[in-house]
Amino acid sequence: MDKEMKGKLERFATEIRLETLKEIKNLGFGHIGGSMSVVELLAVLYGKVMNIDPKNPKWEDRDFLVVSKGHAGPAVYASLALKGYFPIEDLLTLNVDGTKLPSHCDRTMTPGIDMTTGSLGQGTSTSIGIALGNKLDKRDNYTYLVVGDGELNEGQCWEAFMFAAHHKVDNLICFVDNNKKQLDDYVDNVNKSYIFVEKFAAFGWDAYSVKGDNVEAIDDAITKAKSVKGKPSVIVLDTIKGQGVPFVENTFANHSMKFGEAEHKEAEKMIRILEERLEV
Amino acid sequence: MTDKIKIAKAHVPEAKEMRKVYSETMIELADKNENIVALDADLTSCIGMGDFIKKYPERMFNCGIQEANMMGVAAGLSAVGKIPFAHTFGPFATRRSFDQVFLSCGYTKSNVRIIGSDPGVTAMYNGGTHMPFEDMALMRVVPEMTVLDPSDSTMLKNLMIQMADIYGNFYVRVLRKSATKIYEEGSKFEIGKAVKIREGKDATIIAQGVVMVPNAIKAAEILAEEGISVRVLDVFTLKPIDTEAITEAAKDTGAIITAENHNVINGLASATAEVIVESDYPVPMGKVGVMDRYGQVGSLDYLIKEYGLTAEDIVAEVKRTIQRK
Repeated sequence: MDKEMKGKLERFATEIRLETLKEIKNLGFGHIGGSMSVVELLAVLYGKVMNIDPKNPKWEDRDFLVVSKGHAGPAVYASLALKGYFPIEDLLTLNVDGTKLPSHCDRTMTPGIDMTTGSLGQGTSTSIGIALGNKLDKRDNYTYLVVGDGELNEGQCWEAFMFAAHHKVDNLICFVDNNKKQLDDYVDNVNKSYIFVEKFAAFGWDAYSVKGDNVEAIDDAITKAKSVKGKPSVIVLDTIKGQGVPFVENTFANHSMKFGEAEHKEAEKMIRILEERLEV
Repeated sequence: MTDKIKIAKAHVPEAKEMRKVYSETMIELADKNENIVALDADLTSCIGMGDFIKKYPERMFNCGIQEANMMGVAAGLSAVGKIPFAHTFGPFATRRSFDQVFLSCGYTKSNVRIIGSDPGVTAMYNGGTHMPFEDMALMRVVPEMTVLDPSDSTMLKNLMIQMADIYGNFYVRVLRKSATKIYEEGSKFEIGKAVKIREGKDATIIAQGVVMVPNAIKAAEILAEEGISVRVLDVFTLKPIDTEAITEAAKDTGAIITAENHNVINGLASATAEVIVESDYPVPMGKVGVMDRYGQVGSLDYLIKEYGLTAEDIVAEVKRTIQRK
């Protein structure tokens, strides 16, 4: 990746992080931890990789994105608004009565959302259906799937992964947001994960592991994954829950945070830092 | 009765098994529309999809024993314009994968046809684990879901042809074996409109499905011999239910008896009662169906008797209900 593209994607990630933080601060609560941990991934997908047309969200030949960890909605909405799917001001309507931006991604409400998610595990199967349908129609587009490491507790995920390998769904790339935490505790304290790349490889997948805050590494892994035919690919992202926002990273229970006075102050500070970073 | 529907001679078994008609119709639909696809959870042979697989191998997705995944894959296929028919046994199509049906298919406003085979007691020797007395109830509570229990293969075929062209989610019960012939071939049905199989003035039997529609006809014949005149409605659409036909029956006959191969809770009895109590004709209502019990193994005859689903059970319930007028 050239320096210019790297700079562009890092800047885009900062913009997504800033807008996501503003959304949740404005609302006063929200799924901040798992939204922040996928920011760099979203920057790479929406900033470089995905073939999309914000003016035509239903374009049939587009690349599809299924964010199965649907509670990352705030970060996805920030990406969509920054890409021009809807006005940036709409981000402040997150979860307000009658909103088009609900906690969890909803394809019937939000332009640019390709699949409704929220009941964990289900986006695995729906994304595979989308990829298979596109294959049947001989489209050469890709479907991208984002799952959480905690989400992989769900048995349906492993049904879907088995099925995808069997059906050689090689137009699907799955990302595991391995932020090490689920709602209650560390993933390994709830249901030990062991090593995701090994598990996926044992299921017949092409598997990679990269640092999830490194746009270049994520992009390189996607390029490698695309060169592999005959099997689906997974890229396990080594991330931090609350990534890039220290006061969130340092909060243990950061799956969904309620902002009190202290959090509002921290968020204001962080917003200034991110804005300054964008001014450079 | 509309002139598009012709009632067949009563008590004659159909020559073809219902699954044969299902699979032949799937091929016909696939021939006409390249978006038709089939999914199954390791029961393709049970529902007779061999010829479909031979002709359209790339359009049959056998998910293996993965009902939850199958419903999600079906929803995903429909998101890119495919028209999926996803089959497994009734309890696994509904109870086992309820959240996937509710959210991945329902809440996403997808376009999936869910086919549940072996309705109620017809699961016979597969027993209580495989015997759906709750499938219709579960599907009825999924918003906007169309819920169908065709009473013979002529109806099944006609409904499948219609479903191929209507956007939305459907649940359809399908018997694998031969049904009793109710309708002459070529009959055309309207989803949401009950069929008046027999006219009557003393009571109305609201019947549904391959077991209870023939038994309702038999019951009406027995009652006729005793001088009791009974209307028989085939309410094959549980949802949206035919409010008009039920209200008219209450008004005209003054007594309603439901007959279903399903738990009386949240199926046809409940749906009919909801219509009646809200109508201007809150008449006495009786119900024949499974009285909040689990299934068990047995022959069809044994199970029909065991769960009180015989023509004689219907006759007795009609008489009890008429006395309450």
